[in-house]
Amino acid sequence: MHIVVCIKQVPDSSQIRVHPVTNTIMRQGVPTIINPYDLFALEEALRLRDRFALEEKRWLRNPSRGKVTVVTMGPPMAAQALRKALTYGADRAVLVTDRRFAGSDTLATSFALACAIAKIGERFGPPDIIFTGKQTIDGDTAQVGPGIAKRLNIQQLTYIKKVTRIDHLRRSVDVERCLEGGTQFIESKMPCLVTMADGLNTIRRGSIEDSLRAARCSILTWGVADLGVREVDKFGLKGSPTVVKRVFAPTPRAQKSVQLETASKTVGHVADELVAWISSHQPKLADMPLSKSGA
Amino acid sequence: MKLPTQFQDHRHVWVYIELEESQVNPVSIELLGEGRKLADKLGAQLAGVVMGPPKGGGGGPALEEAFAYGADLVYLVESQLLTNYRNEPYTKALTDLVTIHKPEILLLGATTLGRDLAGSVATSLKTGLTADCTELNIDSDGSLAATRPTFGGSLLCTIYTLNSRPQMATVRPRVMSMPERQTKPVGRIIRHELTMVEEEIATKVIGFLADNRSDRPDLAKADVVVGCGLGIGAAINLKHVGALARTIGGEMGCTRPLVQKGWASSFRQIGQTGVTIRPKLYIAAGISGAVQHRVGAEGADLIIAINNDPHAPIFDFAHVGVVADAHRLLPALTKAFSRLMPFRERQLCELRVKAYE
Repeated sequence: MHIVVCIKQVPDSSQIRVHPVTNTIMRQGVPTIINPYDLFALEEALRLRDRFALEEKRWLRNPSRGKVTVVTMGPPMAAQALRKALTYGADRAVLVTDRRFAGSDTLATSFALACAIAKIGERFGPPDIIFTGKQTIDGDTAQVGPGIAKRLNIQQLTYIKKVTRIDHLRRSVDVERCLEGGTQFIESKMPCLVTMADGLNTIRRGSIEDSLRAARCSILTWGVADLGVREVDKFGLKGSPTVVKRVFAPTPRAQKSVQLETASKTVGHVADELVAWISSHQPKLADMPLSKSGA
Repeated sequence: MKLPTQFQDHRHVWVYIELEESQVNPVSIELLGEGRKLADKLGAQLAGVVMGPPKGGGGGPALEEAFAYGADLVYLVESQLLTNYRNEPYTKALTDLVTIHKPEILLLGATTLGRDLAGSVATSLKTGLTADCTELNIDSDGSLAATRPTFGGSLLCTIYTLNSRPQMATVRPRVMSMPERQTKPVGRIIRHELTMVEEEIATKVIGFLADNRSDRPDLAKADVVVGCGLGIGAAINLKHVGALARTIGGEMGCTRPLVQKGWASSFRQIGQTGVTIRPKLYIAAGISGAVQHRVGAEGADLIIAINNDPHAPIFDFAHVGVVADAHRLLPALTKAFSRLMPFRERQLCELRVKAYE
């Protein structure tokens, strides 16, 4: 069994600050991490591989062992993220990097990654399942996963909580999908692309052997030329239909907020004042539930 | 920049109308309102796209709603294959419709379904898609300017789709305001046949298990929300937030860091990557007001901000600001509110709060 996991190196958005005067992002010193949503995908892939290995051991004399390949597109420093993924237990890592990928939007990114996955398939055997996180924390678009699926012309299964069963003979998978009002149970064919919902597993710590292997393991690095694709204008800025024309900080409301005076007052007084203010300025709240509902 | 000739006959504004058990999802109605404004600016028509199983399951009420909320015409695809949402038949139907009828703009709700569908339709059409927009506008040259938060929600950016059509965008529920319902007769309906057979579809929906309602708050629809951020100090102080919310009959919400710390469940997260709220009253306690949170909360009618930092950005969009420690002011507020209630009510309420703790 061959599983490909797409990951992305992102700035830790909880530590991003905006320069108060110039309104630009202050990138200096912001640490990079593997997109947290991708870790759920990686863990699910590793679990499936391990489960598969156990089954094979039971039935076969020469188990083939499943493999997990992690792939990322990004600048050369994204190799750090791949190295980290290897320490969690991934078997091999591919970095897709080229100056010509710069400025890719989701459409161009999904094209580059789909090309890379096709190439991984040629080298190491076609993947049975491709995993991605449900979205990234820096872009938050949730479009690259479905984009890759469409490019590779395989089934997409989004917001998956769990892969419950894999039937290798019938080439089918059963998954649980997270919907707004509940859980949907789906049967689909392999190969397929799964985008994992968040919060349903925790990334393992990785064994010492994995760490040692990760340190020795060489990361495959592919550029545009290595992907063997003729349509170079589908990559990067040229292949991106969308452009960001303006980046700006949100404008404050024209009316500044009314500040309640708090100095030299007890919290009790401030609270009373606030309640009085609310009931006078929001008459709609007169018929507010105010605990009428059985909250 | 001049648009390539093959796209120049793209004209109208479309809204994908999402059905939930044959009822129109409110986000589609909000989008019809927004689409109407865009269409008027372009001097174009507004069309709704309705897909579902034949008769009984979709059609009727959804069509009426579409026209009542401003659509000039509706494209209708009915097929047994569209009974439950599955990516392949829906993508095929919508992609075919777009290829034949050439809309200029296509809007979808950023729901689970909408995001799943929009991503694959945009890739099939090789066009641009802007996710989770908070503002849509028509630029002076007639192109769609879609604004969304970026960099984890610290800044906003405006995105254009240059060389391809349609220009696609998704918008989260509750971000746009609900338009007025008008009484209008059902107008022009254009039917489309889905050319697909069951055997071509790789997925089957086996079953569905609804969540237990009680453990999922319906923040998006709550009239009163009490939100809290890292400024409340410690996880133990969440009980003050819960107590106030219960006393005034509201729901409790929180910011992303609290979810990441594991203090609250992700269903309670308000903001760009959580829920967008539009309550009548929003009390933001100990929330700094990063854009990530702001876009999810600024639709509230009245925003009360409590923060001990007088320079916190939340005071830029709150209506009333109080510089105070949230964990000290919240219990006092709870008391002040409960004093307004009739005696019996108050007792009941206190019991409830106690039971909760």
